[in-house]
Amino acid sequence: MAEPAGLSLRHLTKRFGALTATDDLSLEVRPGEVHAIIGPNGAGKTTLIAQIAGELTPSAGDIYLDGECVTPLAGPERSLRGIARSFQITCLCHRFSALTNVALAVQAHSGHSFRFWRAAARDVALQAAASEVLARVGLAERAQVMAGHLAHGEQRQLELAVALATRPRLLVLDEPMAGMGKEDSARMIALLKQIRGTCTIVLVEHDMDAVFALADRVSVLVYGRCIATGTPQHIRANAEVRHAYLGDDGEVTHD
Amino acid sequence: MIARTRRPELPLRLLVALAVMLLAFALLPLVAQWFGSPYFIRLGTRVMVFAIAAVSLDLILGYGGMVSFGHATYVGVAAYVVAILAHHGANEPLLLLGMSVPGTANAWIAWPAAILAASLIALVVGAISLRTTGIYFIMITLAFTQMVYFLFLSLQQYGADEGLRLANRSELLGLDLGNRVVMYYVTLVALVLVLFGGWKLVHSRFGMVLRGCQQNARRMEAIGFRSYRYKLAAFVIAGATAGLAGVLQVNNEAFVSTADLHWLRSADLLIMVILGGVGTLFGPVVGAVAWVLLELWLEGLTVHWHVILGPVLIFIVLFAKNGLWGLLLGRGDDRG
Repeated sequence: MAEPAGLSLRHLTKRFGALTATDDLSLEVRPGEVHAIIGPNGAGKTTLIAQIAGELTPSAGDIYLDGECVTPLAGPERSLRGIARSFQITCLCHRFSALTNVALAVQAHSGHSFRFWRAAARDVALQAAASEVLARVGLAERAQVMAGHLAHGEQRQLELAVALATRPRLLVLDEPMAGMGKEDSARMIALLKQIRGTCTIVLVEHDMDAVFALADRVSVLVYGRCIATGTPQHIRANAEVRHAYLGDDGEVTHD
Repeated sequence: MIARTRRPELPLRLLVALAVMLLAFALLPLVAQWFGSPYFIRLGTRVMVFAIAAVSLDLILGYGGMVSFGHATYVGVAAYVVAILAHHGANEPLLLLGMSVPGTANAWIAWPAAILAASLIALVVGAISLRTTGIYFIMITLAFTQMVYFLFLSLQQYGADEGLRLANRSELLGLDLGNRVVMYYVTLVALVLVLFGGWKLVHSRFGMVLRGCQQNARRMEAIGFRSYRYKLAAFVIAGATAGLAGVLQVNNEAFVSTADLHWLRSADLLIMVILGGVGTLFGPVVGAVAWVLLELWLEGLTVHWHVILGPVLIFIVLFAKNGLWGLLLGRGDDRG
């Protein structure tokens, strides 16, 4: 597995007409840490992820991966440099099996795919690597099930497996717990605890239990600006954060 | 964890269906001779030519999600190239950019040239059209089709709207392609090769990327695939295969005209794919058979045969998701 990479955002700005979704945002994510990004709805979290992953081009500012500027690179190139993302709304090939979804991610990172003859399903190297990743997220038994037929929680696990199969140095997770029940959430948290350390993780999440269970540091995003960064304890205690996000009554609320 | 590797299986029903199909095609000339209707041999060749073109269209439509509304262009252009080279072989040489190029009926020169021409046009059309998706993609491919159509319509030298007769049939391995039985079996061999190659392609690494892009392009980009280049490669491969169909077509009919380039012919190919089953690879062969038979039968009933064809198509689209092939086999082949 490749070394975890640091991520550095410098004066990142994204405007949609009059709306500034990301507003002169500078942020340092240290190699190997779990860095949670929280903020109210409309704070620009998903827009930020799209820029890190290369789906959206920033209006201004730059993105550095381990000191190397990746701003001009498109999504696929960034994936090849080691940035992987998961989607808030499950984004899979629904008519492929779970195994095939993961195998495609392995394939994407094992040279070009202008190979027209040999069946991919008989490619032992691809299939073995994919099976291994599926087993890591606990989906080994469900390998042959079509992605579209998996339960919601399983699809979220598969979403993570696909990202992991690209052997990321930086993993950007967009609300991995979205729409999950308590049990599934707990399983996902346990899973992410296993992964931590193998790659840097940027975690956007609404579930405060998950954030405080996983994060080494937390950044709070409001109207595209980062109003605070610090340890979970620090953020809990921060008055401005409480005011902007956690509620005005001074109590930290979970949910 | 031991990896379970699966050979892309040919389920029994599929094997039986393919065997029956191959047997029917292989025996048709004998049966036609027996009943004294050799006319059906030429018709059978025509069906297989359509089948090759429809299968190539299914590669991009059914496996790449590219609704090309100009696939007949590649068939027609390849047919024209063979006819034009043969024309100059029999008459004065071709003047190209100030050079005198002798024409030829040699299949080893004319066929690759024709297929190359089809591929190059597919490369240009694909490179531009694939920057768009959905309805825009359809409209741009349609626009290119019309451009090529009017280009050939303006070439007085090559018959314009009257078409061009094939001066000499291609010389291939000493075979007499003027003989309808020989022509029939040459086309059958080509069809089998195209189906075999197509089967290999859709299950290869390349094919998996193509199918992944059809299902979820965003996901494919996120895991590191530049979907554009894979789709473009598939578009060119389909164009080249359609070119092969054109080469065979002009040798079967000894004639090519702008009707072969008309957008209606492209629509016919789309109908064959939909009839047979989008994304089933083998379905379009059945679609081509059904289309030609329907056309023959309905034309005999009434000149307004499209009035009947329309509802039949709507019925197929609504009630048989994977077309006639889906009705035969139960479902399409979606598995990785």
